[in-house]
Amino acid sequence: MRVRKTAVIAAASSLALLTGCGAADMTKQASPFANAQGAKTVTLSVQSWVGAQSNVAVAQYLLEHEMGYRVDTVQVDEVPAWDALSQGRVDALLEDWGHPEQEQRYVKDKKTIAPGGELGVTGHIGWFVPTYFAKKHPDVTNWKNLNKYADQFRTPESGNKGQLMDGSPSYVTNDKALVKNLKLDYQVVFAGSEAAQITQMKQFAKEKKPFLTYWYSPQWLFKKVPMTEVKLPAYKEGCDADPEKVACAYPHTPLQKYLNSDFAKNGGKAAAFLKKFKWTTEDQNEVSLMIADKKMTPEDAAKKWVDSHKSTWKKWLS
Amino acid sequence: MATITANPPRVGLPGLLKHRAVHKLLLLALAAAVLVPLANARWASGTWPSALTVDFSEPLAKASDWIIDNRDSHPLFLYFFGHVSNVVVIGVRAVYLTFLAVGWAGVTALGALVAWRVAGVKLALGTGAAFLACGLLGMWVPTMQTLALMVVAVLASVVVGVVLGLAAGLSDRMDRVLRPVLDTMQVLPAFAYLLPVVLIFGIGVPAAVLATVVYAAPPMARLTSLGLRGADKEVLEAVESLGSTARQRLLTARIPLARKELLLGLNQTIMMALSMAVIAAVIGAGGLGDRVYQALASVDVGAALAAGIPIVLLAVVLDRVTGAAGEKLGAEPEPHSGRGWLFALAGVVVVAVAGRLAGRLDWPDSWVVAIAEPVNRAVDWMTAHLYSGVPVVGGTADWAGHFTTWVLDPMRDGLQALPWWSVLLIVAALAWVIGTWRTALTAVLAMAAIGVLGVWKPSLDTLSQVLAAVAVTLVVGFAVGIAAARSDRLERALRPVLDVFQTMPQFVYLIPVVALFGVGRAPAVAAAIVYALPAVVRITTQGLRQVDPAALESSSSLGATSWQQLKQVQLPLARPALLLAVNQGLVLVLAVVVIGGLVGGGALGYDVVFGLAQGDLATGLVAGGAIVCLGLMLDRVTQPTERRAKKGA
Repeated sequence: MRVRKTAVIAAASSLALLTGCGAADMTKQASPFANAQGAKTVTLSVQSWVGAQSNVAVAQYLLEHEMGYRVDTVQVDEVPAWDALSQGRVDALLEDWGHPEQEQRYVKDKKTIAPGGELGVTGHIGWFVPTYFAKKHPDVTNWKNLNKYADQFRTPESGNKGQLMDGSPSYVTNDKALVKNLKLDYQVVFAGSEAAQITQMKQFAKEKKPFLTYWYSPQWLFKKVPMTEVKLPAYKEGCDADPEKVACAYPHTPLQKYLNSDFAKNGGKAAAFLKKFKWTTEDQNEVSLMIADKKMTPEDAAKKWVDSHKSTWKKWLS
Repeated sequence: MATITANPPRVGLPGLLKHRAVHKLLLLALAAAVLVPLANARWASGTWPSALTVDFSEPLAKASDWIIDNRDSHPLFLYFFGHVSNVVVIGVRAVYLTFLAVGWAGVTALGALVAWRVAGVKLALGTGAAFLACGLLGMWVPTMQTLALMVVAVLASVVVGVVLGLAAGLSDRMDRVLRPVLDTMQVLPAFAYLLPVVLIFGIGVPAAVLATVVYAAPPMARLTSLGLRGADKEVLEAVESLGSTARQRLLTARIPLARKELLLGLNQTIMMALSMAVIAAVIGAGGLGDRVYQALASVDVGAALAAGIPIVLLAVVLDRVTGAAGEKLGAEPEPHSGRGWLFALAGVVVVAVAGRLAGRLDWPDSWVVAIAEPVNRAVDWMTAHLYSGVPVVGGTADWAGHFTTWVLDPMRDGLQALPWWSVLLIVAALAWVIGTWRTALTAVLAMAAIGVLGVWKPSLDTLSQVLAAVAVTLVVGFAVGIAAARSDRLERALRPVLDVFQTMPQFVYLIPVVALFGVGRAPAVAAAIVYALPAVVRITTQGLRQVDPAALESSSSLGATSWQQLKQVQLPLARPALLLAVNQGLVLVLAVVVIGGLVGGGALGYDVVFGLAQGDLATGLVAGGAIVCLGLMLDRVTQPTERRAKKGA
């Protein structure tokens, strides 16, 4: 106990001596766990979905085993990750689904975040029903017929309406407005986290029960539970501008990477590598499936992918 | 982490009590008869009238934007918060680097030897084993991160707590101001503390440490003040008569006399800091909590458990070691304790240097035992066979469905259908009958504040979940508690189980309950029940066991059967303890029901999660405020008169 205490006191007093009278900018502060023991450290933010974990796992594996960095990962949702990125508490965000407001604030106005290029994966959000159900009732795949099936999608949580299952609160969603504006006889039920949502979908699928869910691609679960998208009114540029009046489908978004500005400038090889990091939906799904379904550790999954895709990642290192 | 302050049983004459209760109710009815028609005429609506709400989202959103825009330029941040944040980062970093430099063998030796000195050989072995287990599970580095964060948070909490406690212990006026604040802070769910610190410090370790300090300092302050006030009057007078100054008296008599309370405070602070450090993973604390959080994202119960077990081990070890240290203080001091410490220190140095020379500072990868896979297989089997369609009893999903349809839905709809003034009236009546007019007033005001915040409906939704969970918890808890009070063997068997369940991070409960009960309010309620049960069982058992043996003997000599004895002697005499169990049950259930927002519990918990996840702090803060009010209301409604009456203790 005494050893630790002295260490803290020594650290605190030396800090007081060094900065005691000066200004302290807390937006330029790294994680206390970074760069321990002289190792060069990169801090990556991980979002709660498995696809994002795969990006990070592979980047981490290459940084650690091919480039000699130590990598710390922090679980943060997208929007707070922007803030953490701006403050330098994480160095990179590898998969962003489009946050125009934050982009304006941090990239354009404050210039604390630098764009890191495209991830190479295109994301799409939509409403899905399991394919076994869509085959039996082909007309369910058009939103106009959804009301006809409302009572088949009923659950205790949705009361006397059909259930539209939404996932984590951190995800981009217009579903409540959509249900209202398209006059659907449905209740949006938030699973609260992606983990909870996936567990529930797997249970439904095991019993071949019908369900309607907010879901997105690329997503590894499609390989385990085949799903068919329900057509919503087509997306047009700007039709989702007013979040209260949205009545159209979600767009296809090329996913982006972002880096902390200082890191982008002074991050050396690691920053260059993360900027070049670009892979396909199939690559990402391959790793995701290993992590989430085969329950491999992210590190093992990354190793397996890295071993068999040398030509892809060699380009990122050059 | 439950604060168990069982009061000595104080038996009010039932007749008198009833009389007083009737009086209070009559008065309340009179007041209602005047006020309700007025309120109803003016704002006739079932839910809280919108004319009486204030919209905070606009100013809160503006405040949040202002902070983000000015965080790197405004003097308040540059010269105050910036330094606070810096000190925290540097402190945590220093401790973390020290741990890494000492190496795993050194840290294990340090832990074991400290435990040996303060608590004896048995706990030293346990501590060493716990540290090694953390390494074996492949969690060495996260464990060190969590420990580093905790060391700093606990030190800060102790400093803050002791300062506040001294103030409250020495000045009556400060005591009057601080006591209700500290009492209240202890009943608030951890989740409600996260948002305000995130608003100022952003996601990351500084915010996590500060949230932990705010959460963990109150017990230290309370117990310090209690210890100072509880010091033996005669001893103090004796010291005073020796002509010592106030300062000398404090240092030589009052503080040493209060050391038992101080250590109990330290124990509680450590336990609360640990539980918060885990929840703070949601705001970027890193370490073990973060591993649990990440594992849950991929429905990986096994990996979540691999990170959860070290947390439980740490909790049990820290609890036992500080607890044993407190007990030892009462005994005679050992003659050679100085030399013992010297040995311990030397041992640590030897081990650390040996580790360093052997080049084995990091935990070797080959020593990691992967438990994730077998655990996941067990979970899969459970869900495959128990989920639904089990003959006769039905599957767990069917139970959850029935529970939602037949219990949760009617309760929620019933509460929401009640006219708003009648909810206030019920709260007032309950709080006044059980407590004093003061508690009743606070409870009513808290409930009204929820309405003013504009979250009446989701709050009643949360309330319905809390009430349903508490009902189940109390039925089961009292039954088990009574059984444990009557059988020593059962109590001994239960003790480790209760310890483990009370210290498990709430996160870990969430996924198995989702696997068993699906998504929605039912799993949130189930997790809350499992979490609150140990405290209720424990308090019930203790309360029943403290009943005067003389009363029991006299009743059995009168020929009472054991059932009669229980019903007519033990339970009435243990009434204060039972009420405390209800109170604690409510507080703990609320804490988890709110976290249930992560598994579809909806209502206030979801709003907080949403606020954190979307950076929409306005929504989150309003919901957090409502949770605070709800916690305050529930606590006050079940707060017995005695707790107020023992002023000055």
